[in-house]
Amino acid sequence: MPQIAQIAETYSSQIFWLLVTFGFVFFVIGLGMVPKVQGTADARDAKITGDLDAAKAAFARADEAEADYRVRDTENRAAAQAVMAKAKSDAAKSSEARLAAADAEISDRIAAAEARIQAASQAAMAEIETVAADAARDMVARISGVDASEEAARNAVKAVLAHG
Amino acid sequence: MAESGKIDPMHQFAIEPLFGTDHWSLGGMNIAFTNSALYMVLAAIVLWVFVIGGMKRELVPGRWQMAVEYMTGFIKNLLIANIGDKGRKYIPYLFSLFMFILLANLLGLLPLGLFGLHPFTFTSHFTATGVLAIMSFSIVLIVGFYKHGLHFFSLFVPHGTPALMVVPLFFIELVSFMVRPFSLGLRLFVAMTAGHVLLKVLAGFVINSANASPMLGLTVGSASFILMIGISALEMLVAVIQAYVFALLTSVYLNDAENLH
Repeated sequence: MPQIAQIAETYSSQIFWLLVTFGFVFFVIGLGMVPKVQGTADARDAKITGDLDAAKAAFARADEAEADYRVRDTENRAAAQAVMAKAKSDAAKSSEARLAAADAEISDRIAAAEARIQAASQAAMAEIETVAADAARDMVARISGVDASEEAARNAVKAVLAHG
Repeated sequence: MAESGKIDPMHQFAIEPLFGTDHWSLGGMNIAFTNSALYMVLAAIVLWVFVIGGMKRELVPGRWQMAVEYMTGFIKNLLIANIGDKGRKYIPYLFSLFMFILLANLLGLLPLGLFGLHPFTFTSHFTATGVLAIMSFSIVLIVGFYKHGLHFFSLFVPHGTPALMVVPLFFIELVSFMVRPFSLGLRLFVAMTAGHVLLKVLAGFVINSANASPMLGLTVGSASFILMIGISALEMLVAVIQAYVFALLTSVYLNDAENLH
C-alpha cells in the first residue's frame, strides 16, 4: 500500500503542497471570492423579499383605500338622502304655508264678499221698506183719503215683512 | 502497470516526483512536486475557474453564476441548519473544504487513462485527508476554547448526568471527541481508496481473463466490465457523498464548539 509504504519519503511533500493549495483555495477563493458570490445571492434574496413586502403593502393600501371609499360612499349616500328628505319636507312645509296663506286670503275675500252682499241686501231691504211704506201711504190715501203718517206706514210694512 | 504483466491495483496510489523536482526541500524536508501535488494544484485551479464564473454578480444570474451560487447557498444552508445564524462566518472555510475535497474526488475519477495519463486521487492518502481533518478539528478546538474557555469541557458532560456518572462519562465523551479527527480523515481516505482499488481489481479481471482465453473473457471479463460501469457510477456518488460527509461532520463539530449543548 503506497500510502503506508511511501509515508516516510512523501509525508512532508504531501503536507506542504496540501497546505499551499488549500491555503490558496481558502484565502483567495474562500475569503476573497465566496463572500461576494454569497453577497450577491443574499442581496437578490433581500430584493425579492423587499419587493414582495412592497407588493403586499401596496395590496393592503389598495384594500384600505377601497374600504375608505366604501365608507365615504355610504356616508355620501346617507348625506344625499338626508338632503333630499330635508328638501322634500321643506318643500312640503312651504307649500303648506302658502296653501294656508292662500286659504286665509280666500276666506278673507269670501268674508268681505259676504259682508258686501249682506250690506247690499240690507240696503235693498231698507229701500224696499221705504218704497213699500210710500206705496202703503199712497194706497191708504187713495182708498180712504186718510193721510197716514209715515211712521205708521213703516210699522205696518215692517209687520207684514216680518210675517213674510 | 507493472512490467511483470501482473496488474497491481495499488500502483495507482504511488506518489512520484514530477519534472525532476525530487530534490526540492524546505528546511531539510522533501517537498518534491509530485503527481499528488499536481492534482492538488489542479483541484485548486478548477475550483478557482469555477468560482470566477460566479463573480459576475448579476441580479438575474446566468447558468454558471447560478451554479456557483447554488454551491455557496448549499454550504450556507448546511451551516445555518447545523449551527444557526452564527454559522455564516464559516462559509468561506466550509465552502473551500467541501469543494476542494469534491473536486479532488471527481478529478481522480476522470478516465484520463484513455489518454495514457495517470489520474491521481490525493484524498486516497491519509497524509492529505489527515491534514484536512486536523485543520477542521483545530478550528473546533480554537473556537470552542476561545468562546467558552475551560467551560468547553462541559461538552463532555451531557445535561442531566447523575453525579455518580460524571467522571466515567467525561472520559467516554473525551475519547469519542478525540477520535473525531481520525474518523474524519480515515473515512474519506478509506472510501476513496476502497473504490479505486475495487475498480482496478475489476479492470485486472477484465484484462487477465481476456488474455487467458476468449471464453473466460466473454464470461468473467464482460461481467466484470458491466460491474465496473455500475461501480464507476457508484464511485461518483461516493465522491460527492464523502465530500458532503466531511463538510457535514465539520459543521456538526463546529456546532459543538459554537453552541456547546
